[in-house]
Amino acid sequence: MSQYVLRRLLIAIPSLLGISVVLFVVLALAPGDPFSELATNPNVPPEVQAALRAKFGLDDPIYLRYLHWLNAMMHGDWGFSFVSRMNVDTLILQRLPATLYVIGSAQILALLVAIPVGVYAATKPYSLFDQIANTFAFIGFSLPTFFTGLLFILIFSVTLDWLPFVYTTDVKATGIHWVLEMIRQAIMPVAVLGLFQAASMTRFVRSAMLDVIRLDYVTTARAKGLGQATVIVKHVMRNAMIPVVTLIALQMPAVFGGAIVTEQIFRIPGIGSLLISSILSNDTPVVMAVTFVFACLVVLFNLIADVLYGWLDPRISLR
Amino acid sequence: MAPLLEIKGLKTHFSTDDGILQAVDGVDITINKGETLCVVGESGCGKTVTAMSILKLIAMPPGRIAAGQIIFEGRDLVPLTSNELDDIRAKEIGFIFQEPMTSLNPVLTIGEQIAESLRRHEGLTRKQALERTIEMLKLVQIPNAEGRVHNYPHQFSGGMRQRVMIAMALACKPKLIIADEPTTALDVTIQAQILDLLQDMKERFGMAVMLITHAMGVVAETAQRVVVMYAGKVVEEAPVDDLFGDPRHPYTQGLIRSIPRIDLDSEHKTRLEAIGGSVPILINPPVGCRFAPRCKFAMDVCIEKEPLLREVKPGHRMACHLGDAQLGAAS
Repeated sequence: MSQYVLRRLLIAIPSLLGISVVLFVVLALAPGDPFSELATNPNVPPEVQAALRAKFGLDDPIYLRYLHWLNAMMHGDWGFSFVSRMNVDTLILQRLPATLYVIGSAQILALLVAIPVGVYAATKPYSLFDQIANTFAFIGFSLPTFFTGLLFILIFSVTLDWLPFVYTTDVKATGIHWVLEMIRQAIMPVAVLGLFQAASMTRFVRSAMLDVIRLDYVTTARAKGLGQATVIVKHVMRNAMIPVVTLIALQMPAVFGGAIVTEQIFRIPGIGSLLISSILSNDTPVVMAVTFVFACLVVLFNLIADVLYGWLDPRISLR
Repeated sequence: MAPLLEIKGLKTHFSTDDGILQAVDGVDITINKGETLCVVGESGCGKTVTAMSILKLIAMPPGRIAAGQIIFEGRDLVPLTSNELDDIRAKEIGFIFQEPMTSLNPVLTIGEQIAESLRRHEGLTRKQALERTIEMLKLVQIPNAEGRVHNYPHQFSGGMRQRVMIAMALACKPKLIIADEPTTALDVTIQAQILDLLQDMKERFGMAVMLITHAMGVVAETAQRVVVMYAGKVVEEAPVDDLFGDPRHPYTQGLIRSIPRIDLDSEHKTRLEAIGGSVPILINPPVGCRFAPRCKFAMDVCIEKEPLLREVKPGHRMACHLGDAQLGAAS
């Protein structure tokens, strides 16, 4: 098992290198220059600009720049943000907690909604409950988060004035009030992102359950007189969760991507909004680092999906 | 002596998009204590549905027990809810399914799957249940039972899995075992082993067996009494020797004639006789005898009136309009 994980991690190295090359080239080809602001700033003399460009190696050929970047990365130097005037790794670490808090809570909310609803709907297919759940699921994943997000802000912040619509990391309170305020401001983004995730997940859980529920071994379990609850939880759910867990793990990178939009709407200072603002201000080192972090997440969650698969299904041995 | 299980006028219907499918339409079957009863018939004649109806294991909906009684030890099972039936399932009536490859849960160890019914019905602790499970696995001759109990189904062959299924069905020592084509999915040598094992277990625990099969060879080898089903109805019922020696219904005769024989010398060898046509679809079946369209002896009355089961000699009943003399000539 540990050997398998180690081998998979080693295999990940070339693919991450490939990804970094592509990212680097695309960013190098993209219009815009991190120093464009300096160029138009009359207070910076041209010779200072040229000195800075030479210092940062901006006029070197692209392969040299890439090798510089790679060498620095290997030594743990993620680069320097021209806009924020601080190290990229500090910047990312500053922004990460907010993202993890919102995305983590949204995923938990999604699972808490999707699994019970999907399982119950599958035990009574085409019942009233199932129809209602299906309808809500369709509405849920038909509405994009930028629409529901704005709708929520309009209803709960503007009209009702119950919840704040700007997320802030420096809440001016201590103790229990700080906790309450953190929860209060996360309600809307978590609900928007979580319910969107829950909608498609519910459909998936339901169909995975329905696939299993008609199999022979479920009839065997019923013939043992175990009772409906045991049959569903122990025999059906255990098997139906195998594809569901895999799907959720593989979806995680996409969730981070989806969070970019939500973070923009609710002004959450997470890494999604960091990425957007860096792209807008041509802050190449930050863009490079954040997209590379996303790439690592994709590789990591693929690995997690495979390991979970082997753990849930004894027929698969990881070698 | 009161029979162990008495099925009276059972009708199990399924609603489909094309109408009501009358899979089982008025079946009477009686099983006595300690007896082996074989139910035979072609695929699609309602054998499995009859068996599944006993413990309400059919999918409901679309399935529905439309009429009839299923009296087990003096108690009618039809009005019971699925919850109430849970006390009878496995504890009083054990079930062995056709497909050992798909009838075991792939993500649970076989030990867990046997032990869970022991814990449910006998109230055993985890440890006691494990001991009993190992005992059962030894009984069904699984080598190295102590080690194998922790294995998953995919680590067993088809024959071994069927042994596990038998151990599972027998674990709570039920009074009746329903075996739905337990050997159909296995190869021939394994078939014989499984049938022997079933016979052996039956004698050891003194239970009754309802064996569903379409193989006449299996019937001859195991049964005491035989029920022949056709298109959702019982067409003949007789002790096994009588059924093979003096089959009355044209369908039974056809079934027996379709058994390949190697004991005849080449002069007497004839082409294997098959029954032409296939089982009718049981949505809006014709009013008369359901076998009439395939019957060589069909008369006008067969199409107009349904033949009822009648006793032709003690313990031998059949449903056909042909008179005794004509039937004798037919066979």
